[in-house]
Amino acid sequence: MAILSKEEAQAILKKVLSFSKADSCEISLNGSDGGNIRYARNAVSTAGQISVMDLAVSSTFGKKTGTATINEFDDASLQKVVKRAEELAMLAPENPEFMPLLGPQDFEDSPTYNESTAAITPDTRAEMVGKSLQVSKAANLEAAGFLENSTRFDAVMNSKGLFAYNKRTNVSFSVTVRNQAGTGSGYIEQQFNNLDKMDTLSLSKIAASKATGSAGAKAIEPGKYTVILEPLAASDMLGNMFRGFDARSADEGRSFMSKKGGGTRLGEQLFSENVSIYSDPMHPEVPSAAWTEDGLKVKRTQWVEKGVVKNLSYSRYWAGQKGVEPVPFNRSIVMEGGTQSLEELIKSTEKGILVTRFWYIRSVDPQTLLLTGLTRDGTFYIENGEIKFPVKNFRFNESPVIMLNNVEALGKPVRTGSGMIPPMKIRDFTFTSLSDAV
Amino acid sequence: MRRRDFLYMTGMGIGASMVQGMPVFGKEISVEEALTPVDVRLKKRMADVALNAARSKGATYADVRIGRYLNQVIATRENQVQNIANSESYGMGVRVIANGSWGFAATNNLDNDSIAKAAEMAVAIAKGNAKLLVEPVQLAAQKGFGEVSWKTPVEINAFEVPITDKVNLLLNANNEAIKGGAKYVNSNLFMVNEQKYFASTDGSYIDQDIHRVWPTFTVTRIDPAGGKFESRNALSAPMGMGFEYLTPKDSEQIKGGPLTMYKKRYDLIGDIREATVHVAEKLKAKPVLPGKYDLVLDPTHLFLTIHESVGHPTELDRVLGYEANYAGTSFLTLDKWESKKFNFGSKAVNVIADKTEPGSLGAVGYDDEGVKCGNWDIIKDGILVNYQTIRDQVHILGLKASQACCYADSWESIQFQRMPNVSLAPGKEPLSAADLVKDVEKGIYMFGRNSYSIDQQRYNFQFSAQLAYEIKDGKITGMLKDASYQANTQEFWNSCTQLCDQDDYRLGGTFADGKGQPGQVSAVSHGSPTSRFNGVNVINTGRKLG
Repeated sequence: MAILSKEEAQAILKKVLSFSKADSCEISLNGSDGGNIRYARNAVSTAGQISVMDLAVSSTFGKKTGTATINEFDDASLQKVVKRAEELAMLAPENPEFMPLLGPQDFEDSPTYNESTAAITPDTRAEMVGKSLQVSKAANLEAAGFLENSTRFDAVMNSKGLFAYNKRTNVSFSVTVRNQAGTGSGYIEQQFNNLDKMDTLSLSKIAASKATGSAGAKAIEPGKYTVILEPLAASDMLGNMFRGFDARSADEGRSFMSKKGGGTRLGEQLFSENVSIYSDPMHPEVPSAAWTEDGLKVKRTQWVEKGVVKNLSYSRYWAGQKGVEPVPFNRSIVMEGGTQSLEELIKSTEKGILVTRFWYIRSVDPQTLLLTGLTRDGTFYIENGEIKFPVKNFRFNESPVIMLNNVEALGKPVRTGSGMIPPMKIRDFTFTSLSDAV
Repeated sequence: MRRRDFLYMTGMGIGASMVQGMPVFGKEISVEEALTPVDVRLKKRMADVALNAARSKGATYADVRIGRYLNQVIATRENQVQNIANSESYGMGVRVIANGSWGFAATNNLDNDSIAKAAEMAVAIAKGNAKLLVEPVQLAAQKGFGEVSWKTPVEINAFEVPITDKVNLLLNANNEAIKGGAKYVNSNLFMVNEQKYFASTDGSYIDQDIHRVWPTFTVTRIDPAGGKFESRNALSAPMGMGFEYLTPKDSEQIKGGPLTMYKKRYDLIGDIREATVHVAEKLKAKPVLPGKYDLVLDPTHLFLTIHESVGHPTELDRVLGYEANYAGTSFLTLDKWESKKFNFGSKAVNVIADKTEPGSLGAVGYDDEGVKCGNWDIIKDGILVNYQTIRDQVHILGLKASQACCYADSWESIQFQRMPNVSLAPGKEPLSAADLVKDVEKGIYMFGRNSYSIDQQRYNFQFSAQLAYEIKDGKITGMLKDASYQANTQEFWNSCTQLCDQDDYRLGGTFADGKGQPGQVSAVSHGSPTSRFNGVNVINTGRKLG
């Protein structure tokens, strides 16, 4: 069993710390129990159950640090990993950016753990996949999907007295449904901390309906279009943008957040006024640990407010250099939106393209954050507020920064990946070529 | 530095299995620990416990992989070491067939009781999955090899080289960049040693010791007044070699073009000096005019195009739909292969899969389901003639045996079909890159991997390079910026008109190719000569932010 209680983790960490002879020492311990089923061609292809636990020791002499990890937990192994980290530290050159360890902190417990998710068994997974397969088989379609659950704990302790512990659960499901002719494809994915929210039957029905609806796609000319991005597609674009919220890269002049002539774009109106983004480890829908590995508290942080950049992420070192408070980044992003549903956004669109999701997004130009990628698994033409017909997939070349300056409307945010993302209506989205892929 | 910061900083997109902290072994400390693998007799005993337990619970086939994975990463920026990290991960994965279905379980507790429990769990999972069975697994027969071993033929074990030597090499390289006017420089050294033991109910007990090394850097220059920055990455390749790869050798360099190119020995200092000049040139480069160009693609760039547009679409599991929910399917459907006349490319295009090429990342003796490795044609004179298979797929193609393409990135991962080295064969007529350029009227010469993206059936792709040079009337006239080419796989490979010869052939590769759910990484090489593609569509990707 790789899931240790707070007390069990604390006991191991204390033991490891007792072996340390370094000036300072930090130890992290994490473990996960989980399993998965993968299926394709309407049948299970692989399945597994995996239990792992790892321990990492960082030892420091002066400003010289070495790190070593191990996944064996007898006393001899624990002594070995500490010794190895110390030997490494003695060999390492001084780190001029070394930050002294933080002492004890008062961390809140965030609501990341759920009992019913932790209780998932191989039979639970098989049953959930069985429901998905019912849908594809009944409609004479072909499903390929993946269901995975995990229970995980993370704990850190250091020689200054800091200790933190978090336990979390996750269940994620995704399915691609294709028609037998291979001319239509639909997809959906969802993840939750709480198993009770996961309905593989309903989700599979959505993917199946997209597969049927996207068959026989027409080719239309690439160019600039108004697009309705489903939350998954919107999330695909945004994920790449948040790396740019790193203050150091911006100060160093090598990110889209860098200002011409020096400095950062903190405080500038960089996006449309209807764009507001924050993160909050206590958010009931997207909770996350309320601490970072180096012992910083993670608090509710407003990143963008009405289009203005309100915060950048500062490491402890860079915050010290700039004379500001450290601000850790949190990937559980909440983008505020309106009250409209996806259907209402479509209804309000004269001409446009509905995008289910994007695929294979890569950075083309870090200077402008230009990305390229393709639509996938359901792309449709909208006219006079109605979906008229499926269209062939497009390649896009677009920057999420430019995209968030062209926001016409935002719908109601929903859980997407590890964040809350609204469906978006964006004008002048740039499609540069067509793809024959289904 | 934290693990996640390190991942973020390197921007390599390396999967978690690559960076799980790391035990460093310099000569001054317990080298023996890294260099002394687990006693093979102990591994055989443990494997037998698992195989017997699986059989006793009803498994009709079982295999066991006992893996000890050592990784070492040294990360530096400018004049400082950011991280020296080592990881050691040790455990066992058991895969079984029971009631016609696969099951898998893994554990890092290697006492007899835990091993037996893992094997029993794998059987229980297989039997559970059998309830959703459509067709039972058809596993190709495989003779047992008995007790055998294989080792990467390294000259210098990278784990034996003192840490201080490695750190000094990286810091000296950084110093060259700063001296040359670079504002920022990151350099990293990745070293991997997979000590893998495989045993199966076929009667194989295979012990393998696999080594990989990858030196890399990014040099950045800033134009603060213009608010611009440009970077260039190393033109090294990750290799299935030891530290000898970092020992420069004149005979392993190709000069005479716009920059030095490296074969099986790499000069980190030389490359970073050139990169520092290149970033200054990139800041002043002229924007590319969109249009059709003849592309001259160096192996440092072409390897990734081969990987994405040839390697992935010829994976049989992808063709059959097993990857549909993640990376997608393939346009190279079985009917195209069955026709024996599908023109994947021009007659000049010959693509070979090879799991044995010396120095390559994919070279091993046996794959992760006990099949001996070899090589075979995938594209012959432009025609699709074969795919890449594992044991439970070969009946589909009517082959007698698997092509040994099974791999797992860890003891805790389920092995499945992964790409072998897939390489473009050089031309048979003598031709150097310099001579190839002389024939090009309007072209672009590209070096190094940069942005890459391809659709889920591998038709439409877009690639850009670290360096792009304009070619006019057979002469290189200067550097271009914002150049990306977009193409369709079949059209692109049919536009291949010239290939340089064996002397120009070099390996490129990727250290962490992602596939599968849960995601796994694998390392794979792609060899090619400098090659010419006519009339390819090039776009300008320059934009302005408000």
